Amino acid sequence: MDWLNIGSLALGELFSPFTATFILCALGLSVHFGYTGLLNFGQAAFAAVGAYGMAISVLTFGLPLGVGILMGLLASAIFAVILGIPTLRLRADYLAIVTIAASEVFRYFMTTIGFAKVTGGSNGLSQFGDDFWAANPFPEGTYGFGPFIYRADELWIRVVAFALIALGAVFVWLLMRSPWGRVLKGIREDEDAVRSLGKNVFAYKLQALIIGGALAALGGMVFVINLSNVQPQSWGTTFTFMIWTVLLLGGAATILGPIVGGMVFFVLLSVTQGIMSGLVDIGALPFLTLPQVGQIRFLLIGLALMLLVIFRPQGIFGNKKELQFNG
Amino acid sequence: MNHLTLGNRRGISLWLGALAIVFGMLFSATPSLAASPSPSPSANNEQLLIKGTIKNEGTPVEGVSVQITGNGVNAKATSGADGKWVLEVATKGVYKVEILLDTLPEGVGLRDPETTVRDANLTATNTAAVLFPLGKDTRVVQPIGDQIMVRVFSGLNLGLLLAVAAIGISLIFGTTGLNNFAHGDMLTFGALFTYLFYVVFDWPLLVAATATIALSALFGWSQDAALWRPLRKRRLGLNQMMIVSIGFSIVVRYILLLFFGGETKVISGDFEAVVIGPINTTVNSLGSMAISVVTLAAVALFLTRTRIGKATRAVSDNASLAASTGIDVERIIRIVWVVAGGLTGLAGILYGLQFQANWMTGFQILLLLFAAVTLGGLGTALGATVGALIIGMVVEVSSLIIPTDLKYAASLIILILVLLVRPQGVLGKKQRIG
Repeated sequence: MDWLNIGSLALGELFSPFTATFILCALGLSVHFGYTGLLNFGQAAFAAVGAYGMAISVLTFGLPLGVGILMGLLASAIFAVILGIPTLRLRADYLAIVTIAASEVFRYFMTTIGFAKVTGGSNGLSQFGDDFWAANPFPEGTYGFGPFIYRADELWIRVVAFALIALGAVFVWLLMRSPWGRVLKGIREDEDAVRSLGKNVFAYKLQALIIGGALAALGGMVFVINLSNVQPQSWGTTFTFMIWTVLLLGGAATILGPIVGGMVFFVLLSVTQGIMSGLVDIGALPFLTLPQVGQIRFLLIGLALMLLVIFRPQGIFGNKKELQFNG
Repeated sequence: MNHLTLGNRRGISLWLGALAIVFGMLFSATPSLAASPSPSPSANNEQLLIKGTIKNEGTPVEGVSVQITGNGVNAKATSGADGKWVLEVATKGVYKVEILLDTLPEGVGLRDPETTVRDANLTATNTAAVLFPLGKDTRVVQPIGDQIMVRVFSGLNLGLLLAVAAIGISLIFGTTGLNNFAHGDMLTFGALFTYLFYVVFDWPLLVAATATIALSALFGWSQDAALWRPLRKRRLGLNQMMIVSIGFSIVVRYILLLFFGGETKVISGDFEAVVIGPINTTVNSLGSMAISVVTLAAVALFLTRTRIGKATRAVSDNASLAASTGIDVERIIRIVWVVAGGLTGLAGILYGLQFQANWMTGFQILLLLFAAVTLGGLGTALGATVGALIIGMVVEVSSLIIPTDLKYAASLIILILVLLVRPQGVLGKKQRIG
């Protein structure tokens, strides 16, 4: 087995744009679930709305990418309002079902042939990120050392993605130590108590939904710019529950949790994948084929989600007292 | 809740062990089913194929073309003398396969004339089979009244099927408070094991169905015994349990994928066609509707007339009060899981016999089931039935107005709208929404 290769592939996951996508989405989910206690099972849709909002603005309306990004953020805010108005007054498990339903509805709408002129249907869209690559300030060449060697383009997307993560993390940290953030935590702990203090709980929840959704939208944009296409089938429920696993691994209601959780999650996934592929190659797992190893990856994600929630719901960094599942 | 006693710890390692044994049994029992097309050692493992067989009532049809689009591919494949067509693609992803109707021979049409486009999902597997069952040409433009009758009939059919599965969700929610996200995968379980017993082992249908229902009921019981009961003992919160059920559903789905492969399975034999007025249907659809009605009536009688049924409703209303009148709540919950498992397995059989099933089927239906129970009012069995019939109708009738590929979206939008106006559902009590 090629341990060196497995190790360097795994370390490569640390700063991959894929990891960054899930960190941004998990940071948003931390605002939703960790700080406000909202069970949002449609985080993939917020990312998708952001990504499609940006891509459609650039391709259909011919706007520059910068404006497209703002449009994507606006679209995710509108999505949050549409979703939030009927559901935020309801019990947490209703919110869960409605958010997962809404995210599937959005995916159906992006897939249908009827809107294919704008959305690209199941083929999706591409060629919207040219402005981003053109703005790359790094000259051609390779950068870095060891497992972290990147071409100029690869370095550029990583720098931007992790700068966004840093900004997002500081933003959330500042928000949560402000009076506004304390009200959010109050809602998580006891909604009725906060309401009796004269706060408009519904408005606070909606604001939290919008802010967390915007972070996810940024994550979605990083995802599609890196892949240079956006396709409806990427944003299934698996995407959402990978975000949940990342968040619960790191610890909800923490700032570092989503970041470390995302890195640990994808490194571990890559290592297990590498070891299992290696074992299949040398014939130690005769009942598996290589493509099945890829399927087991998802099986492990499900198992991790179960075990985390049962045995360590607070994750790596979290404080069990700050964990409110029954909001 | 944070204090783990020694006994608890032992209990948990016990059930983890039990879970491992169950999975181990699955692994060793069905090695031959690791259905990926056993790659020859020299062949490249990463060859990606979309394929299918065009058959008209058992005989292969030559010269029928399909158009495959998606992920930058736009190609045509034509069936050979054995009715088989195949296309190799370069990238993983979901492709659209459209059957070109004008290449069909005279007098031959699709058994499901609505669906000329099907998905070929190559995200997790290396081959995807896409099948277009053929039958007599029914492509005649019908008057709108007839079209509505046809749609209402299919809606009733789907609604009844959903109801059988939804009652399980509703009973489990009523007695334990759990929104079980793994319920759809219990339906897949039923459909795929029917495929195993009926198609692969070639057992008689009745034997295969009985075995599947028994196995599904056992699956329900063992889920409760190995997972949910220990978690209830730990007093894990309901929303935490809901997330556990999501993890569990992912695990079950991918285990089913590992053993049955990713291809879509056609379970139905060639059932006789029946024509009632404008409605073209088959014996198995009518049989499925009859079985659903009988099952629903039996469940209703069970809940209202038998001691255990009454106890179940008592536990749903107020578990501690029920316990204080001497009802063994844990026993009732156990029975509910067995009944729910069996019913959902039955729904899987009925679904598999009429439509096609693959490892994702149940999860796609799950949201319709949630829509049904939420619409009807969470936790009431009658509500679940009414909700399921409404959802079935909406899905089928809406496709008269909107494109077919949006019909599931329509029912989910209805769910969101109903929550806006009447969050407790059609038949729910207001107190349940908290």
